[in-house]
Amino acid sequence: MGGTEGWGPAHPPRGDEPVFEKPWQGRAFALTMLSIGVSGRNADAFRHAQERLDRAGYLDDGYFGRWLNAAELMLTDSAILAPAAIDARARNLRGEHVDEPPVPEPARPRYAPTAGGSLRAVDTAPAFAIGERVRARDMSPPGHTRLPGYARGHTGVVELIQPAAVLPDTNAHFQGENPQHVYSVRFDSRELWGADAEPFAVTAELFETYLEKVS
Amino acid sequence: MTASGSGERLPAALRTEALEQLLTERGLIDPKVMDGLITEYETNVGPLNGAKVVARAWTDPEYRRRLLDDGTAAIKELGFMGRQGEHIVVVENTATTHNVVVCTLCSCYPWPVLGLPPSWYKDPAYRARMVKEPRTVLSEMGLELPDGVRIIVRDSTSEVRWLVLPERPAGTEHLSEEQLVPLVTREAMVGVAKVKAP
Repeated sequence: MGGTEGWGPAHPPRGDEPVFEKPWQGRAFALTMLSIGVSGRNADAFRHAQERLDRAGYLDDGYFGRWLNAAELMLTDSAILAPAAIDARARNLRGEHVDEPPVPEPARPRYAPTAGGSLRAVDTAPAFAIGERVRARDMSPPGHTRLPGYARGHTGVVELIQPAAVLPDTNAHFQGENPQHVYSVRFDSRELWGADAEPFAVTAELFETYLEKVS
Repeated sequence: MTASGSGERLPAALRTEALEQLLTERGLIDPKVMDGLITEYETNVGPLNGAKVVARAWTDPEYRRRLLDDGTAAIKELGFMGRQGEHIVVVENTATTHNVVVCTLCSCYPWPVLGLPPSWYKDPAYRARMVKEPRTVLSEMGLELPDGVRIIVRDSTSEVRWLVLPERPAGTEHLSEEQLVPLVTREAMVGVAKVKAP
């Protein structure tokens, strides 16, 4: 979403906001956390599931609605649930009498993490050094990525080298963990948004293959 | 709706109940585990944890140094760790430098120290605009920063999580660590507000 238009003003914080405004939001939160494991998937696949929702599925029921819809997508992707199972059960819960689809044969991805969490040891030395100028590649890979659109093609400076971690681009698709060095890269606002931008800096954590040297 | 493709959009609360039934009746999840998760984030894991970290850093210079040097380890000293806290980097706000945290790609947030994110953090306007016009967004949220202050926006694009160590307000020199804790808000620890003296 970074840099996109049309969202209106930001909302001033409310000090008394409950963690879950409505009970269903807490249930959806817990169901989604557990559905990642039930569907045999991972946090990166969960984020990719959110990205694959249509606009209504992503926005209309807020953050926990988005989680619920992403949980449904993960569970149907792994054939734990039939595609229309939730809606059919929901209709029956409110007194309709509709046929529910049969339970499918589960098809979880053939995937197992090599360790807990996302941090991994990497044998190679970091390709970039603190203080080095680097360019975020101008690429739009199919599927999941954590390279934000607004940084693509822009030049920044390595501020920190973070612990190496599983690459979300492949891990989300169960194509391997491909652990890589991760860099906090600092971009000047005028490099990203032009000469008239407010003066400030943005840092983003970028995986090594997102970056290229600046000659 | 989303995956089913049928026309009418059913209420999220009803669909949540349906999903819980479907998974529970097949023994795929345990409602008690769900209850435990909800209770954990409603009562145990919230911004009070982060406030304790900040108050300790304000009153113990050695802890402050460790916190800025290795946030994850220093936070763990106080017993805070777990989901969304694999690697936490702490940055200090001062009179001249102001850090503010966002996640433009989803809503990544340092759960062990701040709990689940508040609505304003998850709002599309915040996510979209913080990396483009942070001074304007902060002003809309009630924080006016002097012109000379350097703003650094921290976009949480990997599993690294950011925590802001806010400036200790003037006039609190006489307060103890325990008295400082309730002054520290989650807004200040994300960087959309400052801590105010009582």
